Amino acid sequence: MSYIYESYDVIVVGAGHAGCEAALASARLSLKTLLFTISMDSIAMMPCNPNIGGTSKGHLVREIDALGGEMGKNIDRTFIQSKMLNVSKGPAVHSLRAQADKQEYSKAMRKVLENTENLTLKQGEVTQILTEGNKITGVMTYSGAIYPCKAVVLCTGTYLNARCIYGETVNATGPNGLQAATHLTDSLKNLGIEMYRFKTGTPARIDKRSIDFSKMEEQFGDEKVVPFSFTTKREDLNKEQVSCWLTYTNEKTHEIIRENIGRSPLYAGDIKGVGPRYCPSIEDKVMKFADKERHQVFIEPEGLYTNEMYIAGMSSSLPEDVQYQIYRSVPGLENANIVRNAYAIEYDCINPMQLTPALEFKQVEGLFSGGQFNGSSGYEEAAAQGLIAGINAARKILGKEPLILDRSEAYIGVLIDDLVTKETHEPYRMMTSRAEYRLLLRQDNADLRLTKKGYEIGLIDEERYQKLLKKEAEIAEEMQRLERTVIGAAKEVQQLLQSYDSSPLNTATTLAELIRRPELSYELLEPIDKERKPLSEEVIEQVNINIKYDGYIKRQLHQVEQFKKLENKLIPEDIDYKDVPSLRIEARQKLEKFRPLNIGQASRISGVSPADISVLMVYLTQLNYTRNKKV
Amino acid sequence: MKTDTIAAIATGLSNAGISMIRISGEEAFAVIDRIYRSKKGDKILSKERSHTIHYGYIIEDDQVIDEVMVAIMRAPSTYTREDIVEIDCHGGIVVTRKILETVLKNGARLAEPGEFTKRAFLNGRIDLSQAEAVSDIISAKNELALKNSVKQLRGKVREVILDLREKILRDIAFIEAALDDPEHMTLDGFDQALDSHLKEEIRVIEQLIKESQNGRIIKEGIKTVIVGKPNAGKSSLLNTLVGEDRAIVTDIAGTTRDTLEETINLNGILLHVIDTAGIRDTADIIEKIGVEKAIRITEDADLVIYVLDSSTELDQNDEVILELINEKKAILLLNKSDLPAKVTMDELRKKTNHPLISVSVKEHTGIEELEQTIREMFFQGELTLQEDIYITNERHRVALMQSLDSLKLVKQSMEAGMPEDFYSIDLMSAYESLGKIIGENVEEDLVNMIFKEFCMGK
Repeated sequence: MSYIYESYDVIVVGAGHAGCEAALASARLSLKTLLFTISMDSIAMMPCNPNIGGTSKGHLVREIDALGGEMGKNIDRTFIQSKMLNVSKGPAVHSLRAQADKQEYSKAMRKVLENTENLTLKQGEVTQILTEGNKITGVMTYSGAIYPCKAVVLCTGTYLNARCIYGETVNATGPNGLQAATHLTDSLKNLGIEMYRFKTGTPARIDKRSIDFSKMEEQFGDEKVVPFSFTTKREDLNKEQVSCWLTYTNEKTHEIIRENIGRSPLYAGDIKGVGPRYCPSIEDKVMKFADKERHQVFIEPEGLYTNEMYIAGMSSSLPEDVQYQIYRSVPGLENANIVRNAYAIEYDCINPMQLTPALEFKQVEGLFSGGQFNGSSGYEEAAAQGLIAGINAARKILGKEPLILDRSEAYIGVLIDDLVTKETHEPYRMMTSRAEYRLLLRQDNADLRLTKKGYEIGLIDEERYQKLLKKEAEIAEEMQRLERTVIGAAKEVQQLLQSYDSSPLNTATTLAELIRRPELSYELLEPIDKERKPLSEEVIEQVNINIKYDGYIKRQLHQVEQFKKLENKLIPEDIDYKDVPSLRIEARQKLEKFRPLNIGQASRISGVSPADISVLMVYLTQLNYTRNKKV
Repeated sequence: MKTDTIAAIATGLSNAGISMIRISGEEAFAVIDRIYRSKKGDKILSKERSHTIHYGYIIEDDQVIDEVMVAIMRAPSTYTREDIVEIDCHGGIVVTRKILETVLKNGARLAEPGEFTKRAFLNGRIDLSQAEAVSDIISAKNELALKNSVKQLRGKVREVILDLREKILRDIAFIEAALDDPEHMTLDGFDQALDSHLKEEIRVIEQLIKESQNGRIIKEGIKTVIVGKPNAGKSSLLNTLVGEDRAIVTDIAGTTRDTLEETINLNGILLHVIDTAGIRDTADIIEKIGVEKAIRITEDADLVIYVLDSSTELDQNDEVILELINEKKAILLLNKSDLPAKVTMDELRKKTNHPLISVSVKEHTGIEELEQTIREMFFQGELTLQEDIYITNERHRVALMQSLDSLKLVKQSMEAGMPEDFYSIDLMSAYESLGKIIGENVEEDLVNMIFKEFCMGK
């Protein structure tokens, strides 16, 4: 028997990393929000790796924070080790990564959710999406309760019809033995939504007491920790950090795998889902890169509360007895006790090309989605989409234009554009190389890029906004001063230059010119810069980068201009691709299905060739011409 | 989709020796049947085999307009994938126009600029790089240029570019992988590998650019200016060149012989001559047209031919001219070698490094040497395009230059000690620039420009 329960503005299904951000954004924008979770004890759970950030993912977290999301703050609260990656490379690829205390992370997020106004949490399984004439009217739970609402955000992660597999062992559960959601897929299919089946995997967890760390290399955190959130003070991050450990597989490991590969459900064909290429199981690595003598294995703590250690680089779906053999073949793990077996997980997700860049389903008004449900992978990718989906669900109800970030504004823009434009055949992971304007999309300037937008949306408060404006002004002022301040070839100057192996001055130059020399920096010029006022570390960082990489930045800005031209060339919503002569059939079908908003987007759809775009542009020119003539 | 039948002059109206009128569409054969007559009067072209060429006449009101060669090509193996008829006639604006008019009267309509290529596009016949090669065919003004464009159509440039792109992309991929997974991959030592790759890529591109210059000259002809004092023999030289080879001489419509441009085919080398000799009755050419104008004309020229009268002494005007052409490709002709010399080769050699040729226009001596000198100046003595790969299209050339600049920026970044992620920015730009040549990268302006380039049938 079903019955009608309380109504809400926005209902978020799933309280993983996407769902938490979606629910918080919606509630913080003053909409009455309900967040469903299959278990109150699995909120913001990290079922796989025990860290947040990493190359390009760290950028996403920074951007989430700049827009007013929670992930950055939450990892700052609960990290147990932090490291800036790629510091020897350019500033665009510096990436922050922190090891999390998994339980603390989950608890801290739960605390935030439970204390957010307008937000209600509810344990239960949503089984049906209710619509009327392709418009959301509510959801129904397994118990038959109907919750009327104006918008739904689906963040079901890896739970839809989930199956966990190792060897011949199959459990019909979600991650960590949690109950799978087995009804919602049918409801979505009834709405005409196209479903995919993806897979991913996780390695074993091993009891710390059974590991011989003396055979491994210790991996320390950074001495000077940089926070994820622009609101966290650096001095609040001083705490003792725990270490990770590095060891390697060897020929013996590989031999065991080769001998037992026939027992892998992947190779035996028991797993049908499509897995990600970038994080292969150890058996995949060994089989596909046969000439590699060893693979790295990182041993990472799951938290301070437990002895469980995460064995990064050795995910597997081989049978339990084989798992024992392969882990124990690794130096330091000879006596390892496996606490949790490695497993592969299969789950239902959608073809994300059914979504608009606002993350709303094209065919169901008011239905939004984010996270692994959209065919992505990773906590950070999930959170980023959850945030955007939550914001846009709220804005839809408020009658406002959706927030759409483009590829030149944010990694989040790249992520969503890729998802909704390019055909994804594997779980999508963010990478810095996917961001063509990455020199502009640095993790250090995420606030300068996005906090204004966060403020306009209503997720950033006045105080933070004013701080940003002040920072902006200080950067601009200081840069101007450096460009104008002329330095002569005084003895003091020449001595300073000499001390850094920098060629002496022949004629006067500006401070900015000196900063551009690779061997010099803003900080080093302090002794000869007499008018310098004290500035914050963050301002100095921006000044340094902007001046040092000025030429490159200008070139990228020029590219962005070109990009925006195509992006601004809109395709009429009522276009009938059948009327466009001579489009190749594949392109016609893709365009018809995807219905891009502009030429830029159309050109990025896989299966649409440059010639198709030419044809389309010829047609649009013609269409504009005849339409204008009629007016 | 049913399309009407279009026609246009496909060769440009100005200066070609042979003009071609192209007809495309369902009615193309019907149109030619109405206006074509074979020598014996017994051939009906619509009944002939596809892809054949026929000699005959274009007839209107029982009057022969011109003697022609007609090529017939049936869909779909044609440029537009429609039925195509091409009429080659003797050129000359009047006759070409007349034939086009006849075609239009008999069932075709005038094509819009770029419409053939548009149709080829729309019918899925060609990709962007090939479309532009066709553009070159249209404006090709001699046989060599035609050969070159055909080669491009077959996709040889494409192969070279694809190869370059693949190599560049591979290096980008390597850098990116290492940036993405710094704990598993290192870029140590990569600089050396990249440096040697860059050297090779830059070499190939520079070669393509160098050859593109030849390509342009073959296609468009060498812009040549003949300068010299009055009575030095400029006009005689021109008449000699024209008269001797008699290849292509066409007036530009609406102009008189006073400010004349001539196109001369000197045994396969196309000279596009700006004839200052046209002003015949003035006392002093330099005074008359002014030094400024002379500078402007010579600046624009690929080649300056300076004609001197060996029977009169050098004066100030000669000094001015010599200075003017100092930085140019120029040839000095010491004319009137049949008369007693007042200016000697040795004297001139002290004043200039340009090639000197003693000629007698009157006696027709030295002309062959002139031809050979031009050949050496512009084609390194060779005028064959058998196996070499040429870029003839200006847009392609620009894209090559851009990719070259980008690769040089990568080198600069390396020398400046920038981190590796900066390399990939410019490597990617180089990759994209090369992509423009083979149409793998679409810019909004691109299609506009392509269609703009086909200035036919206006």
